[in-house]
Parts: sequence; structure tokens; C-alpha cells
Amino acid sequence: MTPKHADLAEQFITDEPRTNWHDETLWFVREKRDKAVHGIPEWEDLREWGSQIKNHSLSNLSQYLKEFEEKATANGIQIHWAATGEEHNQIIHKIIQKNNIQRIVKSKSMLTEECHLNDYLEHRGIEVVDSDLGERIVQFRKEAPSHIVLPAIHLKKQDVSETFHEHLNTEKGNNDPQYLTEAARGHLRDKFVESELSITGVNFAIAETGGFVVCTNEGNADMGAHSAAVHIACMGFEKIIPKAEHLAVFLRLLARSATGQPITTFSSHFQKPRDGQEMHIVIVDNGRSTQLGREDFRNSLKCIRCAACFNTCPVYRRSGGHSYHTSTAGPIGSILNPNLDMKANSDLPFASTLCGSCTNVCPVKINIHEQLWKWRQEIVKNGYVDTTKKIGMNGMAVLFSYPAIYRLTGKIGRWVMRVVPFITNNQLNPWYKQREMPKPPKESFRDWYKKNGNSQKN
Amino acid sequence: MSSRDKILNAIAANQPDLVAPPTIDLDTVISYEDNYTQFKKVLEGIGGKVELLSDIAILNNQIQKDKASGQLVINMIDDVDKQIVMLTSFELEKLEKVYLRATLGVAENGSVWLYESQMGNRLLPFICQHLMLVIHKKDIVTTMHHAYQQIDIAKEGFGVFIAGPSKTADIEQSLVIGAHGARTATIYVVE
Ligand code: SF4
Repeated sequence: MTPKHADLAEQFITDEPRTNWHDETLWFVREKRDKAVHGIPEWEDLREWGSQIKNHSLSNLSQYLKEFEEKATANGIQIHWAATGEEHNQIIHKIIQKNNIQRIVKSKSMLTEECHLNDYLEHRGIEVVDSDLGERIVQFRKEAPSHIVLPAIHLKKQDVSETFHEHLNTEKGNNDPQYLTEAARGHLRDKFVESELSITGVNFAIAETGGFVVCTNEGNADMGAHSAAVHIACMGFEKIIPKAEHLAVFLRLLARSATGQPITTFSSHFQKPRDGQEMHIVIVDNGRSTQLGREDFRNSLKCIRCAACFNTCPVYRRSGGHSYHTSTAGPIGSILNPNLDMKANSDLPFASTLCGSCTNVCPVKINIHEQLWKWRQEIVKNGYVDTTKKIGMNGMAVLFSYPAIYRLTGKIGRWVMRVVPFITNNQLNPWYKQREMPKPPKESFRDWYKKNGNSQKN
Repeated sequence: MSSRDKILNAIAANQPDLVAPPTIDLDTVISYEDNYTQFKKVLEGIGGKVELLSDIAILNNQIQKDKASGQLVINMIDDVDKQIVMLTSFELEKLEKVYLRATLGVAENGSVWLYESQMGNRLLPFICQHLMLVIHKKDIVTTMHHAYQQIDIAKEGFGVFIAGPSKTADIEQSLVIGAHGARTATIYVVE
């Protein structure tokens, strides 16, 4: 059984300074986003347009995908369809085998993480080098990315320094980010020029033109794709947008929401393979069509993967990405993952305060916190909630339906907490973990109101 | 049934009723007093350099000097060299500087658009150590909406918006310029 979010989060927060640092670092990114957004007076219009373009795309998706396939094929790109993650991996493996390829670089793609492509290929004796700096760091450490935009955000520079000392033979104890980045630059440039095949993700695929856009800051997707003889781009089918002009809306929204930059350094528009190059696109379903049919949750397919909802989430910031035990963490991951496996990921919709901050920052206006709340109901209905939570909730249901019992328990509770506080302030009470219990009031609000309500009125 | 048909059928069965796309009203979109000033401000804010030139001929001197340095320097401002199109990544890894013409600049984010034909070889703007781009001042548009009205992304095999030098903040959020690609990006704006 996969460990649950609460347990993994508990492990993460044992190191308090690190937890605080993680929290502050992500909040800093959130603040950069705010500053960038405030420079655009029409920001709310932009969000609305982004949301409506995505609504429209989803409502005409099968047509747009066919149009995209037709145009891309005419452009000389080979299109493949994968119903599952496994099929996605098989398609890629076949292309590698057919071309008899040894050296592969990959630029950041959460879809290939979702499908566990690296593991799949590794089991078949094929090594893939992740080329985004953050991804390379976690790959060396045999970890998964903990954030969809900042894969190594959970690591401190000392951690990176040790990792690079071990794998790239850098100076021990040299923690200078400039020095470490330079070492990775040299190492990865060698990999780029040698690479025979390059795998990238897709940020946007344009039905009108049959081309696609990849956004990076490092330029690693381009270094790989333009060096290698074969380029495979992998996309979830929801990446389709209707027209080129719509890119304006999304490119204005994406980087500002993600890191507070006005745009990513490189926004590369691939239309045709270069002379002599093979270009493939793998279009993946892997549960997305099911999610499309779930009316309450289909909005989640509008996500452009900016991670603004991660950076603002008080739970994510304090529990770390790995506590979500899935490739896409954070608030949006907690909506997408129960769709893939409701049982294994039944804990995730509960990893939220439902404060609504995620919904407020989402550039395509996904009602994230409402969907989390809806998933909770779905999960309870399907019986996937754990026993303590179930007992607690059943108890509450009884309590709330019998006012007299409710009042009596309240009275007892207040008395107990006042007179014998250790009964609640102990490790057996899950609510006491990481929290100070409040001082109970002498009387209930109801009693106070009965006494004072009338006199206040006059 | 093939996966293609399976997926497309499932999507067709599950997609919601057709809704119209929005009308994007460009009258509500930001405007600047002076697009060049805004472009310069934003680009310098993200690590790029901007130089205003009264005449492009001024650059020639500098390019001659660069070429004399013995390092690999490619100049494609006036003409795309067919030889360069054929260079491999092994050969281009030595590329110190490249001078390229770009189509337009965008004031709101400091990016410039380049078509594949302006790069000759798709790798050039990414693999060089120092990137030098030339645009005309009149070709700086206000926002991305305006940019897409002027370019045709389907015209050539590849095109890119570049905003400043390659960068990363993957190590503890410290900004480092020159991740894999160019360590500097200079945009020459010709009046
Ligand atoms: S759900 Fe919204 S805020 Fe979260 S990653 Fe997706 S687009 Fe960004």
C-alpha cells in the first residue's frame, strides 16, 4: 500500500527549519507572481479568456484533435495515440529500437513522469538523461520531482553540492549555485551534442496549424530537439488549443503565474521536422477521457501546469511535494490523481485547507478547491475513507442530528479541556499534532447568547 | 479498435456541449507610452542587454573585430550562409557569438521572434555562448496579441520567442544566467 499524505508530511516536517525554509521559498515565488500580475491591468480579462478558450477546446476536443492530426501529418510529423501510460512507453520504446538508438536526452515533461517512462526504459537497458537542471539533480538522486515547475525545490544547495560531488566530481563543499550550474552545463552540453534522440513535452498544440509550443528557461528542449536525429514530443490530449492567436493569451498567463517572469526565456514553436529529422508526437489519454466525462472534475483538464496553485497552497508549502506520492503533487494533482486511482489517492483531496487560494491564482479559473471538496464526497460515497476518519465523521453526523446530545457533549468537552487538559493535549488526539489546543471558553456560544442576546437588543 | 479510435470515441462521448470561444477585445489590453522604452526596461530586468543603434553599419566594425579574435563567430544579419545550415551540434558547440536578424520585439515581455530562415540552423540561437539579435525600432509591438497578428507560425518549420539569456533558478531559487544556452543576449535596436 502507498504511504499516505499525512504520514509522509509528518516525516517532512520533522526538520522544522527545512519546513520553514520550504514554505518561505515557495511563498517568495507566489509573491513574484503577484508582482508580475499587477503589471497587467487586464489580468482578470486574460484569465477569463484563457478559461473560455479552454472550455471551448474541451467542448470540441475530438474535432480539434482530428484537425491537429491531419495538419501535423501534412507537416511531416508522425502522430501516435496511446490509450494508457504503458502504451505511451511502448510507442517510444519501439521508435528507439527501430532507429537503434543509444543516447537519449529528455527535457522536462510531467507526462513522461506520469507514465514512468524512465523506469520502463531503464528496465529494457536504455538510459535517458534528464536535461532540465532541476530534473537532472533529482535524477542523480533517484528521486522524483517534487514540483511540476521547480523539480528540485525541496533541496538545498548543500544537497545539490553533495550530489554533484558524487556524480560530476565537483569540489566537495562548494555550494555556490553559479559554480554548480556551470558544472551541470558542461556535463549536459556533452550529452546534447552526442544525443541521437530527444524527448520533450508539449505546452500547447495548435489544431489550426498542426504545430506545438514548448516553453523553457534553460533552452534544454531546443538543445536536444535540434541536435538529435529523432524528436519525440509527448502530450496529454488536453494540450490542444484551437488557433495560433490563442497562444497570445496562454503565453501571457503561463510564466507570470509560474515564476513571475513576463514570459519564459524560450517559447519554441515546432511546425515541421528539420531536413533529415524524424519528428513524432505521442498523444496520450491515460484516464483523461474518463475525467472529461466527470462533469464535476472535467475543468481540471484546463490546467496549463503553471504550478501557481502549488506555490500558494499552505498545505503543499509545509508538506513538500513528495508527500503527495504521485507525479503531479499540489492542489491540481489532488484532483487529477483520484481520477487515475481513487483508492490509492483517496487521501489527497483531504490534503487541503479548502481556503480557496489555489482557485484565486489559477490562470484558467479552475474551481480547484470546490473540486477537492467534491472529491471528498465522492471518496466517502465510495467507501475509500480511512476508518478513524469514518468513525469521526459518523460520530459527528449523530452529534449534529441530536441537539440535546450536541449541547451535553459540548459542556462535557469544555469542562474536560479546562480541568484535565492533558486528556486532549496528547499524541492520541490527531488534532493535537502540530497544534496547540485552544483554551476552551467557560460557556457555549448558545448559553452566552441566551444570557446576553436579549439585553443587547434593547 | 485502434487506440486512436478508442480515444477519439471516448472523447466525443464525454465532451460537454459546444460552447463558443471568447471574443478577445484588444481595446482593453495594456498600452505603453513608448514601446521601445518598455521593451528595454523589461528585457534588462530579465538579464538581457539592449543597445540603440542609429545605423546598422555601426555593428560591422564590432563583427570584424569579433571575427578576428580567432573564435567561431557567425554573422547572418545580411545573408544566411548555406554552409552553416549543415553544421552539426559537435561543430556548433564551439560557437562563441552569433549575429542574427529577428522579426519583431514585444514590449510587454522583452522577447523577440525569430523564424527558422533567420537562424539558418535551428541550433544557432541556443548553442552559442553569446547571442546578438537585431530588430528595427518600429517593429516593437505592444503585447503578444499584436505579435501573433504579425507573424505566421505555420510559415516555416520552426520559430521562437527569445527573452534574454538562458537561465535557471533550480538551485535554491538563486538565479543563474547561462544554464545551457547563451550566457548573454544583446538586442540591437536600429532606429
Ligand atoms: S490548476 Fe491552475 S494554478 Fe494549478 S497548475 Fe493548473 S493552471 Fe496552474
